[in-house]
Amino acid sequence: MAFSSTDSYIVSDQLAAAVNAAVTLEKPLLLKGEPGTGKTRLAQELADSLDADLLQWSIKSTTKAQQGLYEYDAVSRLRDSQLGSDKVHDISNYIKPGKLWQSFTASKRPVLLIDEIDKADIEFPNDLLHELDQMAFHVYETGEHIEAQQRPIVIITSNNEKALPDAFLRRCFFHFIQFPDEQTLAQIAQVHFPNLQPQLLTEALELFFDLRQIPGMKKKPSTSELLDWIRLLVAEDIDAEQLRQSRQQGSALPLTGALLKHEQDVELVERVRRVN
Amino acid sequence: MLIEFFQLLRSHGVKTTITEWLDLLEALSRRVVFADVDEFYYISRLILVKDESLYDRFDRAFSEYVERVAQVDVTEKIPADWLENALKRELSDEEKEKVKQLGSLDELLKSFHERLQEQQERHQGGSKWIGTGGTSPYGAYGYHPGGIRIGQQGNRNRSAAKVWDKREFRDLDEDASLEQRSYQIALRNLRQFARTGAPTELDIEGTLKATARQGGLLDLQWQSERHNAVKILLLLDVGGSMDDHIYQVQQLFTALKGEFRHLELYYFHNCPYEGLWRSNQRRRTEQVPTEQVIQTYGDDYKLIVVGDATMGPYEIAYPGGSVEHWNEEPGEVWLKRLLKKFTKAVWLNPQPERYWGYYHSVRMINQLMQGRMQPLTLNGLQQATDTIK
Repeated sequence: MAFSSTDSYIVSDQLAAAVNAAVTLEKPLLLKGEPGTGKTRLAQELADSLDADLLQWSIKSTTKAQQGLYEYDAVSRLRDSQLGSDKVHDISNYIKPGKLWQSFTASKRPVLLIDEIDKADIEFPNDLLHELDQMAFHVYETGEHIEAQQRPIVIITSNNEKALPDAFLRRCFFHFIQFPDEQTLAQIAQVHFPNLQPQLLTEALELFFDLRQIPGMKKKPSTSELLDWIRLLVAEDIDAEQLRQSRQQGSALPLTGALLKHEQDVELVERVRRVN
Repeated sequence: MLIEFFQLLRSHGVKTTITEWLDLLEALSRRVVFADVDEFYYISRLILVKDESLYDRFDRAFSEYVERVAQVDVTEKIPADWLENALKRELSDEEKEKVKQLGSLDELLKSFHERLQEQQERHQGGSKWIGTGGTSPYGAYGYHPGGIRIGQQGNRNRSAAKVWDKREFRDLDEDASLEQRSYQIALRNLRQFARTGAPTELDIEGTLKATARQGGLLDLQWQSERHNAVKILLLLDVGGSMDDHIYQVQQLFTALKGEFRHLELYYFHNCPYEGLWRSNQRRRTEQVPTEQVIQTYGDDYKLIVVGDATMGPYEIAYPGGSVEHWNEEPGEVWLKRLLKKFTKAVWLNPQPERYWGYYHSVRMINQLMQGRMQPLTLNGLQQATDTIK
């Protein structure tokens, strides 16, 4: 079954082709791109469209590769030994499967999302090489060998904070999500706000792209910020006319808090708009 | 299969490997794409390129490959109706109107075929032959409104030809973009782990001991997590001759920032004097006295100076030698003061080592550093980490 845009999620042709290839060839798909281009969202939508379970493994700076496989809960075992519980004799009672294990043994082919892999230590991707390649690993405590019944669909996202090792990249498919163009963005906005006035949308988009073109911004506003902003505009009952005036006269933008997240950016934008 | 394409990619500097190559062949054999050059472009990029900064090179290689393929004699191999259908699909009504300038579409195609047969080699410019950049109605990037474009489409169509010819990723292309990771790996050598912060980790050994002491009653012991405790004071030379090395220095800085939590950065120009600054935009207004920097940071900080050390010898040795201001004390005095406090120090020089001998100032600085100057290369960085470990 081919993955494509849904009622609530717009996907570009190239991205759809990438996802379909990764699903067919059973390779992990690595997604990079500006924050707010829908990397994480993609995995959810893919799971929905395939009617599969989504297993989300969010990576933090302290996450270890081992945690994705399993964890051995020594504390409960010690406690149970004090309480004289019978469970204590079987070590497998204290082995907690991680997300990778869960995805290997799921009855139906699931979607496994490894979110923001670049947050972890620089060696983290290397520690997962074998597991992602062979889709199998060994549990030392019990001597078990876990092998994937069917290879899960693996989606990996990265914000480019750290460079990833070559050996890891070789085993993935890679797609760089570009920031959507005006047309696509209008489509996305319409999906989220079906009753939005077309005029307001056009004005808002124009202002939005003007903002993004200002050089030297610390954090360019992205799709999610645009959506928040439109939501606020609607809630505050601001109409297209007001936006148009603001754009032409360079007066203060309404509700910029939703778009600009850095004080320096707010200053910069005000300065640039005053000059124009 | 497609070996030429593979070699073309590698010659354009897209370092794709055999493994990835076989993946692509598998994708083709499983009919993930079939007879669609747009999709072939996306899929081959997906499988063969793993870094967006290489997308532009891939686009160039792909364009060249497609051009070569296009030079195969198409008149014999492509049935006429393929071309016609493809063309009709791509032309809007408006464009079809324009085509009429040259007569009907059929007529255009007919003369296209005739000329294809007449023409023996690749052609560029001119007003009759099929090729690129000319005013003939046939070819690419031409100015004839009623022309047939081959290979390159101008606008609007969702065509791969458009995509790779647009070269949208030009800005992302940087040479040797993978340096950052190798720097990071080299810097790991410096790591020193220490346990700081709130105890959140189970200390198994401690728990065993404590439990035994309690006569078997469980007594949990906790310890704090291990963190990299190395502290770095980084002095960066900016401006002037350092402009040539900005990229390298940026890579180093990114790698340092990723690796060390305690990283203090100050800038100087050519040689450190009595003032340093934290923000290069406000260097005139917000200087920090070097004395204060020496006081602020403990001697457990490791000092890394990055500069090309290329200047007039008087900038190091004489009062008032600075090119920017009047300095009461010569640069060497300040450098010595810094080195006295921060005994673990190294000077990284982005200039290739073979040029060092030509500059008197490089030799002077290296002497002041007691030989602890290293080139800003992977090897040099490794040696540097050994020096300040």
